[in-house]
Amino acid sequence: MSALQKELLSIAFFAGGVALLLSLLDSGVSLNFVMMALYAALLAQAWNILGGYGGQFSFGHALFFGTGAYVQAIAQIDGGLNPWVAMPLGVLASASVGVFVGALSFRYGLKGSYFALVTLAFAEVFRIVALSVPFTGAGVGLMVPLREGFGNMQFGSRRGFALMVLGLVVLALLVTCWLRHSRFGAYLQAVRDNEDAARAAGVNPFRIKLGAIALSGGFMGAGGAFYVQVFQYIDPGIAYGAHTSVEALVGAIVGGMGTLWGPLIGALALHVLADLTRNLFGQLPGINMVIYGVVLVLMIMFAPRGLGGLGRSVRELWKGRAR
Amino acid sequence: MSTHVRNRRHFMAQATAAASALAFPMVGGAQPKPVKLGVLHPVTGALAFSGQQCREGALLAIEDINKAGGIKSLGGAKIEPLLGDAQSQPQVGAAEVEKMNEAGVSAVLGAYASAICLATTQAAAKYNLPHVVDVGVADQIVERGLKNTFRFGPGYGVCARVAVINLHVLNTAAGKPAKTVMIIHEESLFGTGTANLLARELPGYGFEVKEVVKHANPTRDFNNIVLRMKSLNPDIVIPANYYNEYALLLRTMQQQKVTPKAVYSVLGGAASSFKFVKESPDSANGIIDCNHWFNPKDARALALRKRVEAKGLFFTYEIFNTYTAMMYLADAINRAKSTDRAAITAALADSTFSDHFMPYGPTKMVNGQNTGAQPLMTQVLGGDIKVIIPREYRQAEPVFPMKS
Amino acid sequence: MTDLSILFPSLLNGLTTGAVYALIALGLTLIYGVLHIINFAHGAALMLALYAVYWLKEAAGVDPYLALPLVVPGMFVLGYALQRLVINRASHGKDENILLVTLGLSIVMENLALLFFKSDTRTIETAYTLTTVPIDIGIAQAMIALPKLVAFGGALVASATLMLIVGRTDLGRAIRAVAKEKHGAKLMGIDVDHVYAMSFGIGLACLGAAACFLLPAYYVNPQVGNGFVLVAFTIVVLGGMGSFSGALLGGLLIGVVESLGGLLLGESLGQIGIFLLFIAVLLFRPQGLFGAKA
Repeated sequence: MSALQKELLSIAFFAGGVALLLSLLDSGVSLNFVMMALYAALLAQAWNILGGYGGQFSFGHALFFGTGAYVQAIAQIDGGLNPWVAMPLGVLASASVGVFVGALSFRYGLKGSYFALVTLAFAEVFRIVALSVPFTGAGVGLMVPLREGFGNMQFGSRRGFALMVLGLVVLALLVTCWLRHSRFGAYLQAVRDNEDAARAAGVNPFRIKLGAIALSGGFMGAGGAFYVQVFQYIDPGIAYGAHTSVEALVGAIVGGMGTLWGPLIGALALHVLADLTRNLFGQLPGINMVIYGVVLVLMIMFAPRGLGGLGRSVRELWKGRAR
Repeated sequence: MSTHVRNRRHFMAQATAAASALAFPMVGGAQPKPVKLGVLHPVTGALAFSGQQCREGALLAIEDINKAGGIKSLGGAKIEPLLGDAQSQPQVGAAEVEKMNEAGVSAVLGAYASAICLATTQAAAKYNLPHVVDVGVADQIVERGLKNTFRFGPGYGVCARVAVINLHVLNTAAGKPAKTVMIIHEESLFGTGTANLLARELPGYGFEVKEVVKHANPTRDFNNIVLRMKSLNPDIVIPANYYNEYALLLRTMQQQKVTPKAVYSVLGGAASSFKFVKESPDSANGIIDCNHWFNPKDARALALRKRVEAKGLFFTYEIFNTYTAMMYLADAINRAKSTDRAAITAALADSTFSDHFMPYGPTKMVNGQNTGAQPLMTQVLGGDIKVIIPREYRQAEPVFPMKS
Repeated sequence: MTDLSILFPSLLNGLTTGAVYALIALGLTLIYGVLHIINFAHGAALMLALYAVYWLKEAAGVDPYLALPLVVPGMFVLGYALQRLVINRASHGKDENILLVTLGLSIVMENLALLFFKSDTRTIETAYTLTTVPIDIGIAQAMIALPKLVAFGGALVASATLMLIVGRTDLGRAIRAVAKEKHGAKLMGIDVDHVYAMSFGIGLACLGAAACFLLPAYYVNPQVGNGFVLVAFTIVVLGGMGSFSGALLGGLLIGVVESLGGLLLGESLGQIGIFLLFIAVLLFRPQGLFGAKA
């Protein structure tokens, strides 16, 4: 069996397994937990496309998240569109913003920290604009009216939403798999590893990176649209704030950038950690986050290649000791 | 009767009681099951201070209720709080509600911030779990048609309207010295919503809104805004923002020697805050606020204030609003005579709760909002916060305008 | 409304606010210039320094300016220890890991502060907190708060001191060598780990100075650092990563842009000026306005 076939099979198992789990689970807490873990995984996977495979770290991925979220909300509230129609619009919008930012940044040769900071700056610009223009509701934000029903993409229980985000996660996995085995993906990784050499070999780095940022932005926008459907409220802070940008990159890096399962593993691990620590020592707020921060640092200390590469890291540690 | 016989009778009575207690555990003496209530606030993250104050208010109320004998109609059942941390984010608040629901709470009280309340009330609605909103002033919270959501205190719509009317009253009584207004508000939900309402209503009372200034959260420097103020020279400055920015604004005004005829706040972050009065008495002097406040003539409020201050905390609106909201909830549970969610929801909806120290009209819940709720007008005078309007709660005559 | 009587004070105000920004950015630019890491923990470290200044005043009555000889070395020690014992060990030299380690540290610092100092906002009162100094240039006047003028002076002194240290001392030479060519420096016998830690320490020491100048005009609570992080990053890029004069001038420029932007577009939208400038510099002159080409 080829590597590609193995990966596709494992994705199928994953999809089937989680879907089965979701159909068996009854508790609201568990369904919500799985839904939020998958949501975090989606964000991390989106980031991974550009950051892990493209080698372009973004600090402002909320830019795409917020755009997808606002388009989803505005299309429904002002445009009267059905949410199932609005979501692809949101994805398209965020992918377009990705192309815009990418075109500017890559045209002027921004790399590394500079690229990371420019994405952060764009996210802030969008946040400030969203605070001022009337069609985003400015500081008041936008509320999507409550209208339950499959046709309105508002499911009564978390199960429906969890299945929906599972679909998005599986789609992201398939795209990541495609990146690992396609020519486009090979070009992208070549550009990541050595842009000049890739250019010399006939690859057009500009176009390749644009494709990556569009894909990455699109998935992030899907995450934003999903958020709006679940929580039915968006404001500039939630949409373009640093919190979502951090969530996306932390999950991918902790889990292992540039891998198929890394972002998912990382996002899940951090989600479990956050959940476990939240109400520890409930009477002393703050301790929970201290523990979270400490564990985060420890995770990086002992799994420098990400949790996905934990096996290798442990083996190296072991070998080092034995000598 | 001889002592011997009396003692024997006494012993027999006690023995019988003991025997029946063993046979029927619920009768006389044994503890009924506690009533579990979710107490959900953002106690970490950007809103930590307010969230912690709210939690304090809820816990104080629970302590008092339990000490007074718990829920009487349930055999003196004690309230058991399940504490949750919304971590200043709506999605975390929603996740906590799921946990509380599964832990079997009969109702939830929370979650201070409007954005978080929108998510938590919605999550609770899925399970028909009654949710009492403690502060959350955005009117959208009670306008979505959710049957499980109840707010005992006023929203910003009521606050803005009361503020405008009273400004008109004060101004007229002083001979209409003030004509122009400058509104300074924080950029998010509560500030923008309040400012929009004010800008709409004020012209109807003959005030000219010279400018509406929006500022960021946080704002590091107010010198520009104060410069603008200097040049526009409004008669009245109306701030609607959170504590830090309010305090910084007032200090900057003092520094730059800008003294409008009145500083008239609507839900001003530090305007009716004992903390601000204590730490910046000069800046605070004379500020008028339209905000949540307790009945200053009610001994229970004063006693609670003493208790809170003895703990080294400030008696802020987060505390007394949440305290009262918990009292309202406990009263509903008592009237429902059960921990069944539907029964409690019904009791919350037709509540006429009056055994509290908030200066509200008669309690009447319409679509989840207590129409009797109202803010009070306070003014910082002589180093203390005094109620000036309405007359029935007045502690001091209003000083308007501040400077002539 | 935008006549000189408002423009002049606004300009001066921007300069003095920008001076504090510069103090914060000085440390960040050193850390970036030498260690090439974007220190996510910079805001949290500023917060800790502010608390140090606060408690020295509250508990021991030490005036914030007199606290300089205590807070600056204290922050230096903290920075040295953090880099040597935590960041260096945890990151295994990979950039993305350093990022996350500093992020984790910032979470820990912010919440330890929340735990021990509680969430209340704290301010200090000194004799001069509300004093203003009139400045008159004939055609325009302004009243500038005294603490802000002192901060301006402090920023000048701090930049000069840093430029002296890095330009004239042995340590400075080592720092420059490591910043330019880490491996070569190691081969020359320079203890790179020590230099890294010294740089991080000096970076945090600058925050200590910034805190002493900032607190009289501001306040402190566990989240206070977050409001300065983005602006600090902007200034570092604007001034050229690793350039002290760049950080100083960049800080002043950003302060003015923020102030004038606020005047013209309103305080909320005016913030956009900073980030648009940031983007423009990144695109068209990434080495910064005052930096040398990489």
